[in-house]
Amino acid sequence: MCLAVPALVRSIDGDEAEVELGGVTRRASLMLTPEARVGDYVLLHAGYAINVLDEAEAEETLNMLREMARLAEDDVR
Amino acid sequence: MTERILLAHGSGGKLAHDLVEKVLVKPLSNPLLDRLDDSAVFSCSGRLAFTTDSYVVNPIFFPGGDIGKLAVCGTVNDLSMVGATPLYLSLAFIIEEGLLVDELERVLISVQAAAREAQVQIVTGDTKVVNKGSADRLFVNTAGVGTVPEGVDISGSNAQPGDKVILSGTIGDHGIAVLSQREGLGFSTRLQSDCAPLSGLVAEMLTASKRIHAMRDPTRGGLATTLNELASQSRVGIRIEEEKVPVRDEVRGACEMLGIDPLYVANEGKLVAIVHPEDAEAVLQKMRQHRYGKNAAIIGEVRPDHPGRVVMKTSLGASRIVDMLVGDPLPRIC
Amino acid sequence: MRLVDDFRNSDLAKGLIGSIRRSSTKHVRLMEFCGGHTVAIMRHGIRQLLPSTIEMLSGPGCPVCVTDNADLDKAIALARLPEVTLTTFGDMLKVRGSRSSLQQARAEGADVRIVYSTLDALQIARQNPSRKVVFLGVGFETTAPTVAASILQAEKEGLQNYYVLSMHKLCPPVIKAILDSGEVRVSGLICPGHVSAVVGSGSWDFIARDYGIPCVVSGFEPVDILQTVHMLVGQLEKGESRVEIAYRRGVSAEGNKRALEIMYQVFEPCPARWRGVGAVPGSGLGLRDAYRRFDAEAAFEFDPGPTVEPKGCICGEILRAIKTPRECSLFRSVCTPANPVGPCMVSSEGSCAAYYLYGAADD
Repeated sequence: MCLAVPALVRSIDGDEAEVELGGVTRRASLMLTPEARVGDYVLLHAGYAINVLDEAEAEETLNMLREMARLAEDDVR
Repeated sequence: MTERILLAHGSGGKLAHDLVEKVLVKPLSNPLLDRLDDSAVFSCSGRLAFTTDSYVVNPIFFPGGDIGKLAVCGTVNDLSMVGATPLYLSLAFIIEEGLLVDELERVLISVQAAAREAQVQIVTGDTKVVNKGSADRLFVNTAGVGTVPEGVDISGSNAQPGDKVILSGTIGDHGIAVLSQREGLGFSTRLQSDCAPLSGLVAEMLTASKRIHAMRDPTRGGLATTLNELASQSRVGIRIEEEKVPVRDEVRGACEMLGIDPLYVANEGKLVAIVHPEDAEAVLQKMRQHRYGKNAAIIGEVRPDHPGRVVMKTSLGASRIVDMLVGDPLPRIC
Repeated sequence: MRLVDDFRNSDLAKGLIGSIRRSSTKHVRLMEFCGGHTVAIMRHGIRQLLPSTIEMLSGPGCPVCVTDNADLDKAIALARLPEVTLTTFGDMLKVRGSRSSLQQARAEGADVRIVYSTLDALQIARQNPSRKVVFLGVGFETTAPTVAASILQAEKEGLQNYYVLSMHKLCPPVIKAILDSGEVRVSGLICPGHVSAVVGSGSWDFIARDYGIPCVVSGFEPVDILQTVHMLVGQLEKGESRVEIAYRRGVSAEGNKRALEIMYQVFEPCPARWRGVGAVPGSGLGLRDAYRRFDAEAAFEFDPGPTVEPKGCICGEILRAIKTPRECSLFRSVCTPANPVGPCMVSSEGSCAAYYLYGAADD
C-alpha cells in the first residue's frame, strides 16, 4: 500500500505543514517526521509525511544513471 | 421574492409565476421565450440535430464555472460535435427546497453569459421544486436543437484507418477543479474548470477541412473512454502517444496525490477530432488560433489493427492498452 | 515536477534497458510484492522492455487483495450499524465480502464515506459528535503509522467518538511464509519502497541471509524499477545475495524511527489471515490494551455472518505468485473490472486488474 508522492514543504504550523506538488497544495501531518523543515521534500502518503527525502542522494543517483546512459550511447556509436 | 426556494415555487401558483418571470425569464429574455407559451414555435430548414443532457454536478459552483454554464456548454457542445450550428435550447430545473434564490440567480447569470457566447437562445423551460433531500440542491436538464449544413456528415462511426487524432487542449482540468471542492479530499489549487462552448472553435475547424470524420467531447470518463467509444463505433484501432497528450502540472500533481489517471478525468471544454491525414495540419493550425484550441495537438492516429481497442505508446516506448473507465475514478491510496 | 519527472526520463530508462540487456545471461524470476509496483510495471510496459531472460512475478503486495472475506464482512456489518459512520480509503469500497460490499451497503443506506487520510476521518468525528466514526485501517507498514498517529491525536484531543477497525498487516512475516512454502521459485526480490521507507532496508536482511535471495529496495517511477532490475541482475550474474537500496532518496537501512515508535506504541503484532495464504502468525497489527477504547471490534456489537469464499476464483494462487491472471479460467471471460469475482480484479492494484487494464497490445 504504497502510493506516496514527493511534496515540497511550503510552511509549517505546529504538527502540520502545507505541502505542494505541481502547484497543488494540501495540508499534511508531520507527526511522523517532526524533523522536516520548510524547503524539504517529504514523501506524502494518506495526508502524512512518512519520510524526508534526501535530495543529495537523488542527484547522485541521477548522475550515475546519466553516466550509464551516456556510456551506452557511446557504445552504440 | 423570498430568500429561499419553497415548495410553493414549483406549484404553478402566484409564487411560481413570480419566480419564472423575475428570476428565470428576465435574464434570458428573447422574443420566443418572452411569449411564455407552452411550446416555442420556430422554423428551421434542412437537417436538424437534437440532443439532451442532465447536469447533477456537486458542488454546483466550482472554480471556472457552475452548473448553469455547464448545462449550456454541454448541450451546445453535443450539437457542435456532429457539425451542427446550435440554435435553441430548453432549460429545465429541479430545485431542492431551501436553495437560496440568490444562488439560483447566479446560475441564471451564468446561463445567460454562456448562451450569449455560444449565440444560442433559451426558448422554453420548466421548473419543479422537490422536498429537501430529494435533489442535491439543483439538477438541470437542457435539450438543444441545431442545424446541420448540407454535406456535413460527422459521426463517431466514420473514423478511417490513417486518420489523425487531434485533441484540442489539456485534459483533466474540469474533473480536478471539481474534486478540489469536495470535502474529504482537501487539496487546493488555482486550477479552473475548462468549461466552455466549442461551437466557435468547431466552426473554424470546418472552414479548414471538409474531411473531419468524427468529433466527440471527452466528458465523463475522460479522454480514454471517449477514444474507446470512437474506436468501437467505427470498428477501428486507435493508437496514441503518451508524450503528446497535454496535461497541466496542477492536474498531474493532483492526480499523483490521489492516484488517479488524467486520461480518465472529465473535461468540459475540450474535443477530440478524427481528421483525414492530409487535412490534419490545417485543422490543427486553425484550432491553435482559437482561444479554446491554443494547446491543440495531434496525439495519435487511427489504425486498421486491434479494432475497438485503444493502445498507447508510453514515454518509455512500450505499448499498453488504454481501456474504458470502469466505475468512478476513486482516489486511491494504494 | 521535481523528483518525479527526473525518474521518468526516457533517456535514463533506455540507458538502463541497454545495460540490463547486455548483462543479463541467466534466466531469472524477479518478484515484487507491492501493489504500487504491480501497477507501475504494467502501466509503463516494463515487461516488454526487458529481455526474455527476465521473468517478472507479482506477489501478495496489495493490502486490499489480501484482506480476508471474514474481515471484510466485519467492516460491512459495522457500517450497517445505524450510529456508525464508516470512513475508508476508496480502494475498499467495491471489494466483495461473503455477501456484499461497502458500496452496496452504502446504496442500502449505510453511512460509508471515502477519505483520503485519517486526518479527514478525525475531522468528521469532530464535526459529528453524535456519530461513531470508525476508520477502516487497511494497509501495510506505510499506512499503519498514520493510523496510529490518528489514534494518538484523538487521545490528545479527548475525542470520544473515533474508532479504528484494524486490518493492518506486516510484510516480512508473509514474505517468509511464502518463501517457506516452497511453492514459488524466486531468484530476486523487488522490495517495496514505501514500506521500506518506514521499516528500513534492514527488515529484508533475513531474506538475503537465510534464503540466499538478493533484495533491492525500489522506488515507483519507471527509471526506479529499471534501476532495481539492473541491480538485481548484477547480483544474480555474480551469484551474490545482499540487500541493496536503489531508492536511496527515500530509504535508509534503519527506516523512520519515529514512525515505527508511534506504530508500535499503538499497535502490537497479532495473528492475521491473508487471503490466499491463510493464517500467518505475527503478521497482523492489533490495538494494544492501552488503546482498547479506540478498537471498533471491542466497542461495538455486530454480527458479520458466516464467511463464504467465491467459487472458481484462484486469487489465492495469484497472490502467492504460483499462477498468473492469464492462467485463470475466469480472467476476462467472466471476471472483469466491471464484473469482478475476486479482489485481485476489484482492487485497482490487484494483479488481475493491472493485467486487464494495462495488458500489452499483443495480448
